[in-house]
Amino acid sequence: MYSEKLMKLFRKPHNFGKIKNADGVGKVGNKICGDVMYLYLKVKDNVIKDVKFETFGCAAAIGTSSIITDMIKGKTIEEALKVSKEDIAGELGGLPPIKMHCSLLATEALKAAVKDYKGKKKH
Amino acid sequence: MRRIYLDHSATTPLDREVLEEMKPYFSSKFGNASSLHSFGREASEAVERSREKVAAVLKCKPSEVFFTSGGTEADNWALKGIALVEGRNKHIITSSIEHHAVLHTAQYLEKNGYKVTYLPVDRYGFVNPSDVEDAIKKDTILISVMHANNEIGTIEPLEEIGRIARERGVCFHTDGIQSFCKIPAEVDKLNVDLFSISAHKFYGPKGIGALYIREGTKIEPLLHGGGHERGMRSGTENVPGIVGFGAASELGLKRMEKDSEKMIMLRDRLIKETLKIEDSWLNGHPVKRLPNNAHFCFGLIEGESLILYLDERGIAASTGSACSSKSLEPSHVLLRIGLKHEEAHGSLRLSLGRENTKEEIGHVLEVLPKQVEKLRAISPFKTKKQLASFKSTEED
Repeated sequence: MYSEKLMKLFRKPHNFGKIKNADGVGKVGNKICGDVMYLYLKVKDNVIKDVKFETFGCAAAIGTSSIITDMIKGKTIEEALKVSKEDIAGELGGLPPIKMHCSLLATEALKAAVKDYKGKKKH
Repeated sequence: MRRIYLDHSATTPLDREVLEEMKPYFSSKFGNASSLHSFGREASEAVERSREKVAAVLKCKPSEVFFTSGGTEADNWALKGIALVEGRNKHIITSSIEHHAVLHTAQYLEKNGYKVTYLPVDRYGFVNPSDVEDAIKKDTILISVMHANNEIGTIEPLEEIGRIARERGVCFHTDGIQSFCKIPAEVDKLNVDLFSISAHKFYGPKGIGALYIREGTKIEPLLHGGGHERGMRSGTENVPGIVGFGAASELGLKRMEKDSEKMIMLRDRLIKETLKIEDSWLNGHPVKRLPNNAHFCFGLIEGESLILYLDERGIAASTGSACSSKSLEPSHVLLRIGLKHEEAHGSLRLSLGRENTKEEIGHVLEVLPKQVEKLRAISPFKTKKQLASFKSTEED
């Protein structure tokens, strides 16, 4: 059902946990559907210096959460926002159709975290 | 890696003895049971011997056992076969926690003009017999309530429901697919008129099952053709399957008491120790449950992830029902016993078999808490309060 790459990340997810004093936090998902993701960003000079996640969900949700952290670390905010749900699925070597929404969860979490970061910066 | 199989409610391994009995019917004894020559006769004699062995478990007449392709066909036949005798607009009563083979068949009949009442269950998954009584109308033609639930293992009060059905003159079907050869299933004690069985749930082969039909019950066939099974189920008999079904029934009946005693001991240890994990609970009734079923929920985590972590360590389990493991919806059974969606997502069914050992259970009890802990470390929710206060966002 899942690609070997996804299973590898599911077994040993990268960058999971919290960032204390994060510059931006995105909290998205639906607990009724059984997938919720929190994404924490540390940003310096518009570059994502550190990123961590916490996810409640299936293997696909945990795998996509993990891979987006690898994909956006070191990128500028603008570059990071260009990562699409298709890019994530592609990077994982594909997702089962029924689990495609999990990659959307990851991009939505990033968007929400960036919004939070920009909102905080204004003050 | 060593592997431990704890998903016997999904399917069981074929017993070696059963396989040996089946073997000749794939090769030298390959006859069509309908043929008049000696090849046909040895096949039809084997079919009849198996019928007797299945009937011995149900304590019914062999002539009341009709072989099918499995449990799903038996359930479909029971519901559609009775419905077809009586015609449209008639009323059927079932429970809201049936297996999909019954539930989706009932919904199909509803779409085709029948009326269906889906009875609620209490927090243990019990159907209340007085609810059944209250639901019976003048035009009720069938009551279908499962013997034991496939997910949470709860054993339904069939004797009482059956008594009510009989008093009111309504045909009573039970899906006995999980109970057959695990707990006594004597049709006269349970007061049932129709009983569905599947062989692969008790060390028999896949692709074979049966429907018990009490003598005198008016039911239409589902499959028409050459008139096999006394005109009730056409299609050349799956002779090796039927032989395996018979052999597994004979073995199952002989071993039922001993096996169930052993499994209850393992099950109760599994339950007692697993419930030491924080924020975990048992689903189904603590005592009135299948000897081999332990079904849990763990708060703050998702079941599929837990199953896959256990699988990584060689432990085969399920979230509840193997049939719906590719669906995103949480189990209808768990929602019906009153769990919230987010609670129902964190489910684990461990279903034991006769080959499981004390030592295996000990190993599972060592591995399981660590996997729950690992998933909780990844989860954003560390406490129930955090989960409760999270507001879901809209997804496109």
